[in-house]
Amino acid sequence: MENNTQMAKQEGSGAMLKYAIGFILSVILTVAAYTLVLIHISSEHETISHPVLLAAILTLAVTQLVVQLIFFLHVGAGRGSGWKTLIFISTFVFVLLIVLGSIWIMNHLNYNMTPDQVSHYLQTQQGGF
Amino acid sequence: MNETLTATHEARPMNEENGKTIFGFWIYLMTDLIMFAALFATYAVLHDNTFGGPGPEQLFDLNGVLFETLVLLTSSFTCGLAMLAARNGNKNQTMGWFIATFVLGTGFLALEAAEFVRLIASGSGPQASAFLSAFFTLVGTHGLHIMVGLLWMFVSLVQIKRKGLTPFVNSKLSRLALFWHFLDLVWIFIFTIVYLMGIAI
Repeated sequence: MENNTQMAKQEGSGAMLKYAIGFILSVILTVAAYTLVLIHISSEHETISHPVLLAAILTLAVTQLVVQLIFFLHVGAGRGSGWKTLIFISTFVFVLLIVLGSIWIMNHLNYNMTPDQVSHYLQTQQGGF
Repeated sequence: MNETLTATHEARPMNEENGKTIFGFWIYLMTDLIMFAALFATYAVLHDNTFGGPGPEQLFDLNGVLFETLVLLTSSFTCGLAMLAARNGNKNQTMGWFIATFVLGTGFLALEAAEFVRLIASGSGPQASAFLSAFFTLVGTHGLHIMVGLLWMFVSLVQIKRKGLTPFVNSKLSRLALFWHFLDLVWIFIFTIVYLMGIAI
């Protein structure tokens, strides 16, 4: 029993370090994305081009997702976690399909589905889809 | 994974991170993620449709949202520390960290409510445009999850106080912690896609 508590303590300090690392990395990634946007909106001339900025903050978000999955949600850690990871990956694929698929379909809807006049109307109303 | 560690895991079943109940709860979280994906997709499709009203760059306050994000992130961290204390069987520490998490979570919810009130008061409520409908639905659903999480945390705190860190309570706590970390995970994308990308455009 004593042995168990000692083991738990050792395990505890390692796990504590894991949470601390995850937290610090997450703060850095969050502040980095915020700073990029701040630089972008506060500078008169474009220091960072728009697509590069969007790609950069999305990459930072996905990096933070991986960091929190590993350090906070312990995905991929311990025995029998393979299923957890597998289900997460397949769900993530569904998420990408739903989000990217919706954007793609809806952005092409006007061109594919409506008569010319309607799409012309929509373009002048919204400044183009 | 060496044998001694496996043995301790079996000796303390409530610490099992990959047990059946946790796995089932994980599957629930994944279905929840699909729901959030649908709401994100809706927002992504509708975010330009401001109906002549103000867009994200006029409505959102970047510094306020950064603060909100850091509050939730810290609460996710203190929730992890609470679970560590629970694992070590330290009742007072567990309660302390969960109370800290609860306070931070309430703070986050209050900040979000203040933002909603500010938007609605300035005439930019959910009925003002498709963009705002999608925004309120996505962020509001996340806020509703936070609210449920806080209620769950409150009930758990009472249970820890009355029953102590029994295997039953510990098992519930590990699911609560998973839920809380998951909500922070979803918020990363709300912060990035709704707020940062909205303001950057």
